[in-house]
Amino acid sequence: MILKAKVYNKIFAFQSLKEVMSKANEEKSGDELVGIAAKSASERVAAKLVLSNLTLEDIYNNPVIPYEEDEVTRAIYDGLNLRIYQEIKSWTVGYLREYILDHKTTGENLLHISRGLTSEMIAAVAKLMSTMDLVCGSKKLRVQSHCNTTLGIPGTLAFRCQPNHPTDSVEGMLASLKEGLAYGSGDAVIGINPVEDNVETVSRLLDTVKNFMIKWEIPTQNCVLAHVTTQMKAIEKGAPVDLVFQSIAGTHKANDAFGVSAAILDEAFALAQRKGSATGPNLMYFETGQGSEVSLDAHLGVDMMTLEARTYGFARGYRPFMTNNVSGFIGPETIYSGREVIRADLEDLFMGKLHGLPMGIAPCYTNHMKADQNDQEMGTLLCAMAGSNFFMGVPGGDDVMLSYQDTSYHDDASTREILGLRPLPEFEQWLEKMGILENGKLTERAGDPSIFDK
Amino acid sequence: MGVENNELEKVIIQSVMEELARKGLLSQKGKDHMMSAAMMDTPIVPNLQSEEMVTFPPQEEMQIANPFNADAVRAMKKLTPARIGIGRAGTRPKTMSLLRFLADHAVAQDAVFLDVSEEFLQRMNMMSVQSAAASKDEFLQRPELGRRLSEEAAKSIAEKCEKNVQVQILIVDGLSSSAIEANIPDLLPALMQGLKSSGIKVGAPFFIKNGRVWVQDHVASIVNCDVVISLIGERPGLGTAESLSAYMIYRPDENTVEADRTVISNIHKGGIPPAEAGAHLTDVIKQILSAKASGVKLNQQK
Ligand code: B12
Repeated sequence: MILKAKVYNKIFAFQSLKEVMSKANEEKSGDELVGIAAKSASERVAAKLVLSNLTLEDIYNNPVIPYEEDEVTRAIYDGLNLRIYQEIKSWTVGYLREYILDHKTTGENLLHISRGLTSEMIAAVAKLMSTMDLVCGSKKLRVQSHCNTTLGIPGTLAFRCQPNHPTDSVEGMLASLKEGLAYGSGDAVIGINPVEDNVETVSRLLDTVKNFMIKWEIPTQNCVLAHVTTQMKAIEKGAPVDLVFQSIAGTHKANDAFGVSAAILDEAFALAQRKGSATGPNLMYFETGQGSEVSLDAHLGVDMMTLEARTYGFARGYRPFMTNNVSGFIGPETIYSGREVIRADLEDLFMGKLHGLPMGIAPCYTNHMKADQNDQEMGTLLCAMAGSNFFMGVPGGDDVMLSYQDTSYHDDASTREILGLRPLPEFEQWLEKMGILENGKLTERAGDPSIFDK
Repeated sequence: MGVENNELEKVIIQSVMEELARKGLLSQKGKDHMMSAAMMDTPIVPNLQSEEMVTFPPQEEMQIANPFNADAVRAMKKLTPARIGIGRAGTRPKTMSLLRFLADHAVAQDAVFLDVSEEFLQRMNMMSVQSAAASKDEFLQRPELGRRLSEEAAKSIAEKCEKNVQVQILIVDGLSSSAIEANIPDLLPALMQGLKSSGIKVGAPFFIKNGRVWVQDHVASIVNCDVVISLIGERPGLGTAESLSAYMIYRPDENTVEADRTVISNIHKGGIPPAEAGAHLTDVIKQILSAKASGVKLNQQK
């Protein structure tokens, strides 16, 4: 394993694979905060150069966090297909990049080698990829999943309708839900973040959405994004849960901080299978994002991007219906600017897809970072071109409960029309039946929540 | 100059130009240039004394063209602060929605850098200390500094605060000072009253500047209380910069994880009103004290 590189007249030596991995990253404030980012532009290139020459076997033999100490590492290694790994272990990371981009390599080929790639290998190759590289790679990969409806069908783009309310008011939530549906948002899931994390609130919201779906015959899935343990109690008490939600992270320590573990997720998945209300087989909804480990001081000296890949390695065993990445959600200490968010979104979309996950992106920003609406809209279009399966849908782009900005109902409709993408088929039929959509375009009637008030 | 005069002048200029051009004394380009100058109307000088100005239409105004049921849309808008019933231009927002969004973003960005005023702290009659973050910039970029007390703060707390109480209340600016000034005057008395009437022993509340959630663990290690509760400013949103959270933990130690905390968020006039939150938080604290646990561990016992 060669950890030394010469960039023109300067020589750079690195101590470990972990160091190479962090220094090969594009600039992000979270890596700088932890003190593991490259010190100069040349050092960054040197790290990329070293990385490009490492083999997949080198990476396999040097997990950034030891197997014995970390449940996430164990999930990644135990879930690996060793036969496929054996076939490709001599590839260098640089070769892997070219293989991914090669015209002869199809999405199917990529999903095949995916099973023999550890999360660190996937992170490594993404570190060698530019913006367009990431878009090209992502676009090839199409992962479908099925809960009540099928997500990820080529030519479609779906949205989570996110009708959050600052007091969990059922009527207030319904008002935002109707507005979202009237713009064609809500085919991925109708997902509410509750203010109060208790069984009563969670069950009330689940029942309300489920009844609304039944009354208006809406082909989609419901979810209330409380802590997983609260949702499990709600299921036990008979609440209708299509998708079980949980935030997850890339280290055992960060997952402890989130109050989750493989054992809890196993139990949740089993419960969804036995007592959930959906068809399945995909019943989980995960949320991830670069920086949560840094924010919880649970990064163990590993860079944010590699940790994000590890999070996907942890997720894939649960065959989720959707994995949503929210990298701009935390603040400037982890992701400083619009430029950093866009880069993170593209990295995450690619890394998630190469893990075989049905990925969606929330190109979002908070008011304490250096990003604005223009950055967000650029990120959205790029991720849509790269084939994100879904985005969020927030009234006017402003989440009045979580206090951040995300794709709006307007952005949802715009993105579909700009790129000629369609809603999920059953949902499109429903939109046509309701008179909201015609030939893939909003009708005169669209955007009016009162069509549900007959 | 009157309109007719103006028209007449244009006609005269035009004929002179044409004549000059015909005689080859003026190029086509020169002619076009002068013609367009002559066609221009006299500029209107803005009247800076006028009281007239451009403002946003009222937020509650329904912006949908020909809605199915306009009253229903108006009623919906009353039910949520979310941006609904705002109409569209094609698939895009209307001009006023776009500009209002930009204005709200500008205000929210500024809110992060405000400090809780000295005057407010004096009025509340509270001791005030600081985290290890010396400035707002440092606070934003280096979260670990906002998570512990400055040495001076640790010393004053050790000297001045009552030890071994059941509950210690902290007021922490976090990401919004506006949240503190807007909610604490109603919330704090209601909470103190609730705890005292339940016979719970409470230490004197104090303020921590540039603090994050974890700073409560540092305080608890000094005052040795059962429950420490931080009333802390949430990151400001476009809708409101006044949202406050209460983070509570039972006897934090070196094995504490984030999931051991209980949080009640969205305390503000458009969410859980501060006076009501006092009673709600009292109930939660009582549950924590009797279960000797908080966070996910508390929920598991329920
Ligand atoms: C940002 C944020 C996060 C970030 C935290 C990173 C960060 N640096 O702040 C991330 C993405 C990691 C996160 C994760 C989760 N969050 Co959160 N989060 C928020 C949000 C939007 C803003 C928080 C804020 O302004 N903090 C103020 C600053 C000053 O605090 P800080 O010291 O810088 O940061 C700490 C807090 O933010 C805290 N924190 C953030 N979320 C949560 C949730 C819980 C249960 C706890 C105990 C602590 C906690 O963690 C940070 C590190 O100490 C709030 C919504 C709101 N309106 O407040 C929801 C909110 C607090 N989160 C919530 C939830 C449910 C979660 C999750 C449990 C989701 C899940 N099912 O896994 C996870 C796990 C949390 C954990 N145990 O660590 C709920 C809590 C509901 C409740 N009453 O229990 C809220 C109210 C949103 C909601 N209504 O859905 N979250």
